[in-house]
Amino acid sequence: MVKQKYPDLRQIVLLFVLAAFLTVPLFGELFYTRLFTRIMIYAIVALSLDLILGYGGMVSFGHAAFFGFGAYTVGILAQHGVESAFLAWPAAILGSAAIAAVIGAISLRTSGVYFIMITLAFAQMLYYFFFSLEVYGGSDGMPLASRNTVAGLIDLGDHNSFYYLVLAFMLLTLFFSRRMVQSRFGMVIQGVRENERRMRSLGFATFRYKLVCFVIAAAIAGFAGALIANQSLYISPAFMHWTRSGDILVMVILGGMGSLFGPMLGALFLLLTEEVLSGFTEHWMILLGPLLIIIVVFARRGVYGLLCGAKDVV
Amino acid sequence: MSFEPLLETRELVKSFGAMMVSAGIDLFVRQGEIHAIIGPNGAGKTTLIAQLAGELRPDSGTITLCGKNITRLPMHARSSLGIARSFQITSIFQGFSVLDNVVLALQANNGHNFRFWRNAGKYSVIRRSALEVLDRVGLAERAHIVAGNLSHGEQRQLEVAMALGTRPKLLLLDEPMAGMGAEESERMISVLRGLKQEHTLVLVEHDMAAVFALADWITVLVYGRVIAGGTIDQIRSDPDVREAYLGDEEALAVYA
Repeated sequence: MVKQKYPDLRQIVLLFVLAAFLTVPLFGELFYTRLFTRIMIYAIVALSLDLILGYGGMVSFGHAAFFGFGAYTVGILAQHGVESAFLAWPAAILGSAAIAAVIGAISLRTSGVYFIMITLAFAQMLYYFFFSLEVYGGSDGMPLASRNTVAGLIDLGDHNSFYYLVLAFMLLTLFFSRRMVQSRFGMVIQGVRENERRMRSLGFATFRYKLVCFVIAAAIAGFAGALIANQSLYISPAFMHWTRSGDILVMVILGGMGSLFGPMLGALFLLLTEEVLSGFTEHWMILLGPLLIIIVVFARRGVYGLLCGAKDVV
Repeated sequence: MSFEPLLETRELVKSFGAMMVSAGIDLFVRQGEIHAIIGPNGAGKTTLIAQLAGELRPDSGTITLCGKNITRLPMHARSSLGIARSFQITSIFQGFSVLDNVVLALQANNGHNFRFWRNAGKYSVIRRSALEVLDRVGLAERAHIVAGNLSHGEQRQLEVAMALGTRPKLLLLDEPMAGMGAEESERMISVLRGLKQEHTLVLVEHDMAAVFALADWITVLVYGRVIAGGTIDQIRSDPDVREAYLGDEEALAVYA
């Protein structure tokens, strides 16, 4: 943990982005308010994947499963009359955490390519489960009648209120995650990423730490899933498709692994680029692809590294 | 030095396919001694260390620490019982500061690590102990440098510091002088001599000068078998050892 001098560029960037996010609804353009709500939700998912990928060194290719599971939890509960966010959102978090505990307990016994494959396999299993679950829309997905309620405190149906709520949750998630990666637990996780064998020889039962990290990341992703269900008022298996996991991976790598803030920038960058480029052509991936390659080759720490210099974030 | 056995192995056997790398090894490490294990390349020294540390499980035989059978315990459990290991190939956390490398080692056996909130840097007792450990290996002044930027010799010292950080009863050092220049080796020898007061050391080393300067007892391993064991003088004059080291005889002769 090398001490930094204040203020430094990364804080300026952070403040600037924060200020920009605070002002979005003020323009009164529903399109942008909705777009940026979606971006922030993906920023939360990308950040959660960074906890396992960037800090824990675990390349999970199935992160969208937890995201989608959170969304389905909200949707299914709503179908059965549970509208309260105080019930539905914790259920989404706990549900995703429980699924992750099972998936993690099995897949974390492998590493490297096998870990990638097994997380992918589990995610696809879940995908096909919901794909064929006709009661809840099957492959078509299902609409939600309305957003969750919060005991009348605020109206989530109001796009601006919902926007600021998501913003608050995003900042809270960032704050808690920062505390976590700098805690003793965070050091252990980063030690495992750097050299797991050495950690075991120092006396750490590394499996436990990896599993807990995996479950925490999944819980956050599940929470983001609950938010996306509210945002889009529509749930489909597409949320957990492997290409979605790929998108989240791209956000993390593009933004800069192991910096928390970087992957959030990655989400912003990827979704904005998609929005702009798809205005020109539906084959926008053709343009995005080379851009990705350039960033990965020339900026090892992604967009964040480009902005703030490739400092060690340990 | 007392004559209590701290670590003992009996009939330790380990094979990789048809190759028997440990062919019934009996080892007896007394409390407080520096016990050197020497032998030509491929003698099975590192494999033996790996079995003592718990990274490899022997096919048969037993390992006891302070009279407790630890043969089937995993690596991390042995670490908490007091066995620490340094690696032949430098195995430090390159991206961490030198201090944090040792802090991690100290954390391993100091309370539990499922603490998610408080900044790791705020555990001042642990950090102070880590600095003390660094001081013992002569790295205190380098504490705040990123470990990957240390010189090779310093990285080897850090390797030992991390093993020390777990507060072990028994230190397994796998070629601590590997790749070191003469001056660096000298420094390491004096570091290890300093450790002898409080720790028992099992030392695998090719550098005969270091072995003869430090060891109380030498075990000679050839093709997975113990062919000799004794004090420095006994080993020097042992005809089997001379034969095993044929060609390397000068190495032995120099220090005779």
